[in-house]
Amino acid sequence: MRAEHDHVHPVSFDPTETGPDRYAPAPAASRAYRIGIGGPVGSGKTALTAALCRALGGELNLAVVTNDIYTTEDADFLRKAGVLAPERVEAVQTGACPHTAIRDDITANLDAVETLESRFPGLDLVIIESGGDNLTAVFSRGLADSQVFVVDVAGGDKVPRKGGPGVTTADLLVINKTDLAPLVGADLTVMTADAHCMRGDLPVITQSLVETPDAPDVAAWVRSVLPVRAG
Amino acid sequence: MDVCALILADSRFPGGGHVHSGGLEEAVNRKLVTSEADLPGFLRSRLRTAGALAAAFAAASAHAASRSVHSGYWRELDAELDARTPSPAQRLASRAQGRGTARAGAAAWPSPVLTTLLAETPRPHHPVVCGALTGIAGGAPADAAIAVAYLAVSGPASAAVRLLGLDPFAVNAVVARLGAEVSRVAEAAAAVAGADPAELPAPASPALDLFAEAHARHHEEEVRLFAS
Repeated sequence: MRAEHDHVHPVSFDPTETGPDRYAPAPAASRAYRIGIGGPVGSGKTALTAALCRALGGELNLAVVTNDIYTTEDADFLRKAGVLAPERVEAVQTGACPHTAIRDDITANLDAVETLESRFPGLDLVIIESGGDNLTAVFSRGLADSQVFVVDVAGGDKVPRKGGPGVTTADLLVINKTDLAPLVGADLTVMTADAHCMRGDLPVITQSLVETPDAPDVAAWVRSVLPVRAG
Repeated sequence: MDVCALILADSRFPGGGHVHSGGLEEAVNRKLVTSEADLPGFLRSRLRTAGALAAAFAAASAHAASRSVHSGYWRELDAELDARTPSPAQRLASRAQGRGTARAGAAAWPSPVLTTLLAETPRPHHPVVCGALTGIAGGAPADAAIAVAYLAVSGPASAAVRLLGLDPFAVNAVVARLGAEVSRVAEAAAAVAGADPAELPAPASPALDLFAEAHARHHEEEVRLFAS
């Protein structure tokens, strides 16, 4: 809001205005918490998912749903990385519309989540990894309790400035592959400053899975958003 | 036409339909459908077989949902449609969409009829759920029939646009030209809506059955964008 603008409107039409979600869902204790991981193609969603499985697999009962267009490719990656038992990974087809499958019609993903929940009673966390998409793709609140948007340094340091619902509204923005910044001439300071400018109070984490393969900062954020289970 | 049927036939309806191509993806991979010129033949065949079957069961289901039916009726109707769906992959695709449609329908049109249906068949076939929801909402068997007959061609048509990059205006025109045939299929289905489930029509399309099975097998080996 500009300095000379000294009154407030009941509804803000400023597309850059952000803030924590006032309507955060209260997940039912009877089901697993669901975290969506979205972001452009190649930004490192699958690598982050694998890192989180490594970091959290020992303390949480967790499973993964992948939406990659190569159907079983991401699932295979996770299985081969040896971070998660194959039966804990479900792959869904998105009918060539990855954003529809996580936002407008979440049926296929909900079915996959429910399949995993019935296979592993008492599941704590399901990570839903979207197919690579553009900056406007966000998860429906009916599918994900919270969501992480992953962009990478090599994708260009202007990306956070471009905004879009992924960058501006995700519960966590991860700026990935920071080790590549000097190689691609990206200015991390600008990227981080832009990200904070676009996101207001919402958190931003910069990381390199080459330097910290277990994504400790993101894992800590995941622990902080998980609901405390009764009993 | 009842608005419920329009909602069910809308591609924006969140029932999981957008991840199914009705055999079109397999036909494209086999180079049987490569252009707009191939599309009317594929869609008309699908309408007269899978579409007519779905319409008959949707009409019967709408008819049943607006009356009181005996205990076990939904299981019977489900078994009869299963018997007319020889491909396990197609059964799975139909039940996945049925489950998705029931989830969306339970939020939009909650009813003890739907509760009974889901108690008897937790993963019901798609046409049965569409018919039941239409009946629950106050629609006629013909409304349910025309909605699913239309879906039998609109789903593959939209998949063709996505898979082959066809001109969406041309594809939409192909669907529009099938309009009279969609209506005929729906009328025929509505005419037998009150029949005993065992006596409902059983049009078959062995080619689509085989495509569905091949599609499911290829999922394991190479790229497939649609679930069926």
